[in-house]
Amino acid sequence: MTPLVSIEGLSVAFNGVPVLRGVDLALGKGEALGLVGESGSGKSVTWLAALGLLPRHAKVSGSVRLDGRELLGAPASELDQVRGGRVAMIFQDPASALNPVLTIRKQLCEALALHRNLSGEAIKAEALRLLNLVGIPDAGRRLSAYPHEFSGGQVQRIMIAMAVAGNPDLLIADEPTTALDATIQAQILELLSTIRREMSMALVLISHDLGVVAENCDRVAVMYAGRIVEQAPSNQLFADPVHPYAQGLIGALPPLDGPRRRLTAIPGTVPDPAHMPSGCAFAPRCTLAAEPCALAAPPLAPIAEDRVVACIRAEASRHALLGIAAE
Amino acid sequence: MSPPLVEVSAISRSYAMRSGMFGRSTAVHAVDGVSLTIRKGEILGLVGESGSGKSTTGRIVLGLEPPDRGEVRFDGKPMAAPGTAAWRAQRARMQMIFQDPLGALDRRLPVAAQIREPLDIHGVGTIAEREDRVRELLRAVELTPAHGARYPGALSGGQRQRIVLARALATKPDFLVCDEPVSALDVSIQAQVVNLLCDLQAQLGLTLLFISHDLRVVRQISNNVAVMYLGRIVEIGSADDLFARPEHPYTQALVSASPAPGRRSAGRIVLAGDPPNPAARPQGCAFHPRCPRAIARCASEVPALSSVGGDRQVACHLVSGAETREAA
Repeated sequence: MTPLVSIEGLSVAFNGVPVLRGVDLALGKGEALGLVGESGSGKSVTWLAALGLLPRHAKVSGSVRLDGRELLGAPASELDQVRGGRVAMIFQDPASALNPVLTIRKQLCEALALHRNLSGEAIKAEALRLLNLVGIPDAGRRLSAYPHEFSGGQVQRIMIAMAVAGNPDLLIADEPTTALDATIQAQILELLSTIRREMSMALVLISHDLGVVAENCDRVAVMYAGRIVEQAPSNQLFADPVHPYAQGLIGALPPLDGPRRRLTAIPGTVPDPAHMPSGCAFAPRCTLAAEPCALAAPPLAPIAEDRVVACIRAEASRHALLGIAAE
Repeated sequence: MSPPLVEVSAISRSYAMRSGMFGRSTAVHAVDGVSLTIRKGEILGLVGESGSGKSTTGRIVLGLEPPDRGEVRFDGKPMAAPGTAAWRAQRARMQMIFQDPLGALDRRLPVAAQIREPLDIHGVGTIAEREDRVRELLRAVELTPAHGARYPGALSGGQRQRIVLARALATKPDFLVCDEPVSALDVSIQAQVVNLLCDLQAQLGLTLLFISHDLRVVRQISNNVAVMYLGRIVEIGSADDLFARPEHPYTQALVSASPAPGRRSAGRIVLAGDPPNPAARPQGCAFHPRCPRAIARCASEVPALSSVGGDRQVACHLVSGAETREAA
């Protein structure tokens, strides 16, 4: 089966400073992929680069294919068909993504006219259907409201309605619930998974919250300092993380039940992109780092079916984890 | 059991809010009849969503804001009037840590000078002693004197929060109010600061009011937890027990909304409706419009916080006493 999107060797540099250093990622039709990592790890930049949304001074190289067609360097007319049409994106701060001086109807209809070639009564009916789909109560009347008249959770629902207006094959949700309260976050995540099922749409969920990603995605990729360091089916990643960074992230999460334990904090901080350590970028913070780690950046290598890890100490790291479990 | 350090009895605070330029002003009840007791050396977690009044409670407890009604007693004495010498002496014993360390620090001053400032203000020791104390504080938060010479802009988020913590500890306070201290930090850095906070609390015997929306972090740190909804406490109990067996429907929804790795979202309680608006608080139990179990009585009568056995207190008509608990 050809993947819907395949990214190969995607690299991005801002003013000569590399922020994305060779990302390989493939996404099947209708699949939900989670992307986790700390701020600055390149989760968002990967997709902004893939869709040609980065500022001009960003140097992008590698390859991004959608259904086999190359997107990097594609003409603007072609990209316009893809963006919002086949691939839609929603962001963390929905309020700033909407125009405050236009009604919701205007903004929804704009998206529909652009990507669905609808007009007249059909477009209005579709706008109403979308607003109902995302669960805005009293949708008919609320269409003529302005963004500030909605709560934060509702604005994110409207953003989702606009994003799915073009019947996309892929929705990229960049920290869609980070700015929302816990009970509202649960609503939005449920809405996203319902819509994904109904429209058989693929989803990329970018989040710093491991729990959010674990529950809503089939597969998870962990990013660190501009690279993917581990990729696995979500249940396997959280039950048995192999890369020391993935282990660290999971160990750093306080448990909500069971006995309390001291959190295993990862020492140090994320490296500065301008002064990247040689070899594995995680080595200076890694408890298992050995001499060869500083020589060359480890490539992503398969360790099981469906699982890849970029760590030359993967075996040792797995033993260390099993050792802890055995105690 | 250790004696109480902070006793908050029935504090209320409302603000006037005007909608639009000519709109009539309406009262927003940010905090409404909150009572809390924090014992010496205890860590009380305060959770709730935005607008639940948890930060306002923290500010009133510290005396940064006067309550409209009710009283806060610190170490058995009522809070002194702001601006007096007694108030100043009391304030040296209680400090606050905010969410945004960059906003809490002066960007144009080396951080060591900022850690020293409270010592200068409260006239603690000689100049040389103050310098020693700054070095000692930097060490306590696991930073070096070299870090102290830097400006806030040259430090990472986690390091900045350590500086804020060092500054708060400068006057050897007994009581710290931490308002979302780790919310702006990445998970791995968050764990470092949480561990540090736990260590310092144990070493110095600090009493903490820990305000956060993150249930995981609150459970990790706190002995007891209070859950707030629209200005009132709806449930309070010991941290492990409360999250394992939440009684109030709102606490149940909150706990169920907290995503966990390795668990699919099946069986999650998803609350209907919008986040609460403090300016338009529903009659009766403020939670009833979103409550999956609400009955007629909930819409008319405000439930009081009452004990349901053990150290748990719940404000819900449906959870009253041990019989209901067994029946449920």
